[in-house]
Amino acid sequence: MRKYSIFSLARNALSHHENWWQAWRSPEPKKRYDAVIIGGGGHGLSTAYYLAKEHGMTNIAVIEKGWLGGGNTGRNTTIIRSNYLWTASAGIYEKGLKLWEGITQEVNFNMMLSQRGVLNLGHNLQDMRTIERRVNANRLNGVDGVVLNAQQVKEMVPIINTSETNTRFPVLGSSYQPRGGIARHDALAWGMARACDDLGIDVIQQCEVTGIRREDGQVTGVDTTKGFIETNKVGAVTAGNSGVIADMAGIRLPVQSRPLQALVSEPIKPVIDTVVMSGAVHVYISQSDKGELVIGAGVDKYNGYGQKGSISVIEEQLAALVELYPIVSRLRLLRHWAGCVDVCPDASPLLTKTPVDGLYFNCGWGTGGWKATLGSGWCFAHTIANDEPHPLNEAFSMKRFETGAVIDEHGAAGVAH
Amino acid sequence: MSQTKRLQSGGRIDRSKPLTFTFNGQSLQGYEGDTLASALLANGISLVSRSFKLHRPRGIMGAGAECPNSLVQVGRGAGTIPNLRATQTELYQGLEANSVNCWPSVKFDVNAVTGLFSPLLPAGFYYKTFKWPKSWWDKVYEPRIRKAAGFGKAPTEPDPDRYDKKNRHCDVLIVGAGPAGLAAALEAGRRGARVILCDEQNEFGGSLLANRQYLDGKPGIEWAKTAVAELESLEEVTLLARTTAFGHYHHGFVSLLERVTDHMGLTSPDGRPRQRQWRVRANQVVLATGAIERPLVFCNNDRPGIMPASAVSTYINRYGVRPGQRAVVFTNNDSAYQTALDLNDHGIDVAAIVDVRPESDSVLVDRARKEEIPIYGGYAVVDTRGGQHVSGVKVMRLNGRGDGVYGEIHHLDCDLVASSGGWNPVIHLHSHPGGTMRYDESIASFVPDQAVGNTYNAGACNGNFALGGCITEGLSAGATAAAGVGFGSEDIEGEAPATGKQQESPLRPMWRVPSRKAIPRAPKQFIDVQNDQTSADVYLAVREGYRSIEHIKRYTAMGFGTDQGKLGNINGAGIAAEALGEDIAKVGTTTFRPAYTPVTMGAFAGRELGPERFHAVRKTPMHKWHVDHGALFENVGDWKRPWYYPKPGESMREALDRESYQTRHAVGVLDASTLGKIDVRGPDAAEFLNRVYTSGWKTMEVGKARYGIMLSEDGMIMDDGVSARIAEDHYHMTTTTGGAARVLGHLEEYLQTEWPELQVYLTSTTDQWAAISLAGPHARDVVAKVVSGVDLSGGAFPFMTWRDCEAAGVPARLFRISFSGELGFEINVQANYGQYVWDAVWEAGQEYGITPYGTETMHILRAEKGFIIAGQDTDGSVNPMDFGMHGLLSKKKDYIGRRSLSRPDAMREDREQFVGLVTLEDPKEIIPEGAQLVEEPNANEAPKPVPLHGYVTSSYYSSTLGHSIALAMVKRGRERMDDVLYSPQADGRVIQCRITSPVFYDPKGERQNV
Amino acid sequence: MLHIKCPWCGWRDESEFGYGGEAHIERPKDPDSVSDAEWADYLFFGSNRRGDFRERWVHSAGCRRWFNAVRDTTTYEFKAFYRMGEEPPGGEQ
Repeated sequence: MRKYSIFSLARNALSHHENWWQAWRSPEPKKRYDAVIIGGGGHGLSTAYYLAKEHGMTNIAVIEKGWLGGGNTGRNTTIIRSNYLWTASAGIYEKGLKLWEGITQEVNFNMMLSQRGVLNLGHNLQDMRTIERRVNANRLNGVDGVVLNAQQVKEMVPIINTSETNTRFPVLGSSYQPRGGIARHDALAWGMARACDDLGIDVIQQCEVTGIRREDGQVTGVDTTKGFIETNKVGAVTAGNSGVIADMAGIRLPVQSRPLQALVSEPIKPVIDTVVMSGAVHVYISQSDKGELVIGAGVDKYNGYGQKGSISVIEEQLAALVELYPIVSRLRLLRHWAGCVDVCPDASPLLTKTPVDGLYFNCGWGTGGWKATLGSGWCFAHTIANDEPHPLNEAFSMKRFETGAVIDEHGAAGVAH
Repeated sequence: MSQTKRLQSGGRIDRSKPLTFTFNGQSLQGYEGDTLASALLANGISLVSRSFKLHRPRGIMGAGAECPNSLVQVGRGAGTIPNLRATQTELYQGLEANSVNCWPSVKFDVNAVTGLFSPLLPAGFYYKTFKWPKSWWDKVYEPRIRKAAGFGKAPTEPDPDRYDKKNRHCDVLIVGAGPAGLAAALEAGRRGARVILCDEQNEFGGSLLANRQYLDGKPGIEWAKTAVAELESLEEVTLLARTTAFGHYHHGFVSLLERVTDHMGLTSPDGRPRQRQWRVRANQVVLATGAIERPLVFCNNDRPGIMPASAVSTYINRYGVRPGQRAVVFTNNDSAYQTALDLNDHGIDVAAIVDVRPESDSVLVDRARKEEIPIYGGYAVVDTRGGQHVSGVKVMRLNGRGDGVYGEIHHLDCDLVASSGGWNPVIHLHSHPGGTMRYDESIASFVPDQAVGNTYNAGACNGNFALGGCITEGLSAGATAAAGVGFGSEDIEGEAPATGKQQESPLRPMWRVPSRKAIPRAPKQFIDVQNDQTSADVYLAVREGYRSIEHIKRYTAMGFGTDQGKLGNINGAGIAAEALGEDIAKVGTTTFRPAYTPVTMGAFAGRELGPERFHAVRKTPMHKWHVDHGALFENVGDWKRPWYYPKPGESMREALDRESYQTRHAVGVLDASTLGKIDVRGPDAAEFLNRVYTSGWKTMEVGKARYGIMLSEDGMIMDDGVSARIAEDHYHMTTTTGGAARVLGHLEEYLQTEWPELQVYLTSTTDQWAAISLAGPHARDVVAKVVSGVDLSGGAFPFMTWRDCEAAGVPARLFRISFSGELGFEINVQANYGQYVWDAVWEAGQEYGITPYGTETMHILRAEKGFIIAGQDTDGSVNPMDFGMHGLLSKKKDYIGRRSLSRPDAMREDREQFVGLVTLEDPKEIIPEGAQLVEEPNANEAPKPVPLHGYVTSSYYSSTLGHSIALAMVKRGRERMDDVLYSPQADGRVIQCRITSPVFYDPKGERQNV
Repeated sequence: MLHIKCPWCGWRDESEFGYGGEAHIERPKDPDSVSDAEWADYLFFGSNRRGDFRERWVHSAGCRRWFNAVRDTTTYEFKAFYRMGEEPPGGEQ
């Protein structure tokens, strides 16, 4: 790989940046691959990357119907954390966070991981019990975290309203994960695409899968808008469209596709240096390096593939925002948008084999996929390469809905995200 | 001297009303009707801000929503507003504005030095660098980047203003009150349709406010005034000026922001809401949102003094401002000739019209020729000169293909460049709900294609720029929309005013004006001036493989500014198409997302803020009594529940000890009104309860009550409560306080969707009953003094029964139930008698030492008895077997969730089970709720992960027992009685505890059965 | 903010309604007779259809009645509203 650095930048400045090389090729699909990853978002590209890097599979393709990172990778609020309640969740999200911590150097592309810490607020006594429970579990699972009281929250987030009387749901405290933070969403897609390309993987955009061919219960290839591609292993990583791909393979998934909205304010000088989430009043906030407040909330209530949600959700989250941070009242919303997320009944993902041999699904991340991208790709690559899940994702099988061994991160996680 | 650049006459400003304002500390004057931008220009000030990345000087560029530059901080203190666009800020007396993103001043900005390093800062440079050494990203690079972030500053105090919301239905919503919108409103309004017409400007008229076109032989604005007067007379028509439709959502829902007092002062001067959000549900939507002129993209096109031609005309015609002394007009189409004429007619020297078209022939061109304005046909501006203001341009001859220049360089001195690259229809609101667009070659821009729902585009936003055509389309859209709601036919009834001759010659599309040097060696050609994004950036992105328009946008930060690329984005798409070697129609644009212009966040919150209004507050009928008696409150669901009642000087622990001692030894009273109550009636009520509770209900007789648990269909405990049989076909069901709404919803769902054959009716009666719960050895004595009509003796009125009676003379239901393990009664009366009966109980209890107790003592008392609280001891992942509730699981019938209990995971042997815990080293030490339990004694130091064996769900100090108690979920807990577990704490302590039964007190239940 | 027609109350804003997911999924009459896999299918595995989708709504802030709708999940356009127990328009899906 030709390195990016201040020196390459300076060198290229001398030639007016006329000689920059392509970050990745745009190849036509080959006839056959050892594995095809459907979906060129963060999860799909990381899967391909770790297949090549960890498992030596380089004759693989990532196919994307639109543009790289055009799904939820390019639409999320970029929050990274691993402070989940259940041991299984903590395992995979913490794996993800550890990979995040080294990825900029590893792939020589600045992902701008900013470990500014994540607070999850508690607004009533039960919230605080849940926070204690989660933080204690986190510590014993090797995930950093402490419980803060309201005063400590105020010191860390001066703009927050911690009045006990002048607000409907006072802040009683929060959990705090210092290693949590944010990272640059587009950088992940582009950095991983470049790293994949460097390992010989074909990253193919504007190529839509139209069918999944099977023989005797075994995948034999995929039909695409660029022709048939032969392969015996297909990994589907198509958040928002997982049901559609599953349909092509004749299987059903326990996921529903829902709109998830987010918004940004106009850029202002820094007012908040950490990430603060509130499950009880449904809003979370951070401030980007450009100065925009990046604000999110929960999913819309209905199924929808339209990458549009209802304005009432935005209204409610902004009311919650002003209630929690009174100084934002006069600031202005610049833009709001939506993605389409797959939601599993237990708010935990699927990284799983399926009834079709050679077909694997990675979906159902709901509102929480971004932070897991690298851990998800790492585990999914293992699953595809070995036709067996890694211990870290064993619990996230489809079978759990049959046995009842679900991993319910809804209320227990204290937040919906 | 003041307002040196003001024209002697003309404009829509009121010269009799001068206004004083300050800019960067300098006191200046303008007039009512000015924007901050026009007033600054009138005072000869054009440099207002600095660009985001390179801190280049930025002047007033546009004249409205499209201006990417003129961002200022307005006001100070609690009312300050960052990032206001001077072009949209109406001037008021005392307005105070300051430049942003510059230090120490906008004229001398230290950070302009960044420009020297700009070769090192191409698009996406940050992805390629700041990676080494690793630790510097957190410590050095990012903090510096953050320091440079943002434009203006947020206020540091809460907002002194308030905001309003208004919900409205209408037949026809018309967005934009220019010629097309006014025509549509007239057509629909005259037919009697309920019309809302809104416009972001302070005055209706749209383009007619700023141009000199004639209608029916009079200035167009006269026609507009007449139209507005007529609309005002129509009863069903609502006119909203200063009101921006910022988002077009599903099914005709459009959000509008009305700026009610922003033009009067920084904060509302008269108590009215500062802004009002209109939430409009329109049957029909007519979009008449106009078009925005796009500038031409040439080298060094960002200097103050370079403006779109239409903005120049607007400043002259609407504001009576002279935006320069000597102008160069640079265009690829006819419309800028009008600007040249506007300049010329107002005595401003037009050095040249530089037209990239070798030839053009139209009415306007002819007039310019007649005025002897020099026209450079087939030429282009290839570069500009200037420091903080443009001082001249270089002009060269264009080749036939339009991709190169040659020949002699003509140097033209000027202090104003008016450029026009054509017009972009404002299709934002058309696109928001999913309307599609297509590329229209004739105007070289995107126009609406398929609209969503009953949406119609009319006029310039539909790609029709001629005034006559705009009006006709407006009338037609108004007719179609009115017809759509049953007012007349789709044929136009109104008459369009006569317009002048409007022959035009076609434009010559030009996305990027060539210069002497090829990209990227040419001087910067700015596409998005707010973000310093240039055509070279687009070429670089494409070169590096970022080929989708979305990638190009994101890699180069095009259109990321607060103007959302209103001026630059279509140019950007055109230049991207050129770099990609593709057709712009195929390259397309990025998605148009709300908000059209930025919207104050407070206006979304409206008045739904603060302790009373942010979210509904539910209070019991006895709430005030609790307040008067010193209760502290706990939020439980929507309810305020008394938490405990400290006496003066008492600590929480002391209060709890007292409340619980009095209850165990005398009598305590608890307000239980918040418990959910559901009235279940109908011939199949018993069958229904049988299906929703795990235990059997059919055999329970009238007059009795029973504890039941409900599962969700996945077998997990959802809620619990006591239900009583009131009559054969009538039950009174109770739920947890927080679970009431959820349970009612759950029951209705099954009743209506799964079992419609059951005749059962559910009614929430939570708010209809006040519930007074008495517990303690003297409970019966107190009840006896208050209640009549019932034999209270244990034999006649045993535990878990209920009776009709009178309490203090009002009809009541008396339940003999207990959540404390003591002898207990619950008096239910109609809610509006609640306080009255409570008072009677309180009075009656005095001789027995009655004490009120809150939720915390209630929790302690029930924990001593091992009673669970659904939602605290359960978390949605536990089933009834985990709680040893096997006896409550009927084997004789099906019930919701039963099937799930036989799945392998529900039967798993190492599930966590409900147990009690006591501490070993210090019996009084309270284990924190939420503490985890492990077998490893040194878990804090041990390698992670440490296997978890359970966690503490509830934990208290029991004064009755003289030691702490805890309830916990522990793996195989019931088999592990007396085992020792460790609870490692964050502060390094480890609490040793022993597993016990969860029933700590009176295990045989003798106290409640007396 | 969707605009939804309650079959009893008429057109109202989405905020008055609760959502109930896919319609016409019947609870097994005899849960004991179905396998764990079939039970899981009933509980968790829906069609999640892209396009016309039959779904349930409840007018929770109004008449509290459940009803069905057909809605295109890509455009969110409602194609039909019908009461519980009524046949869905358009036959087999």
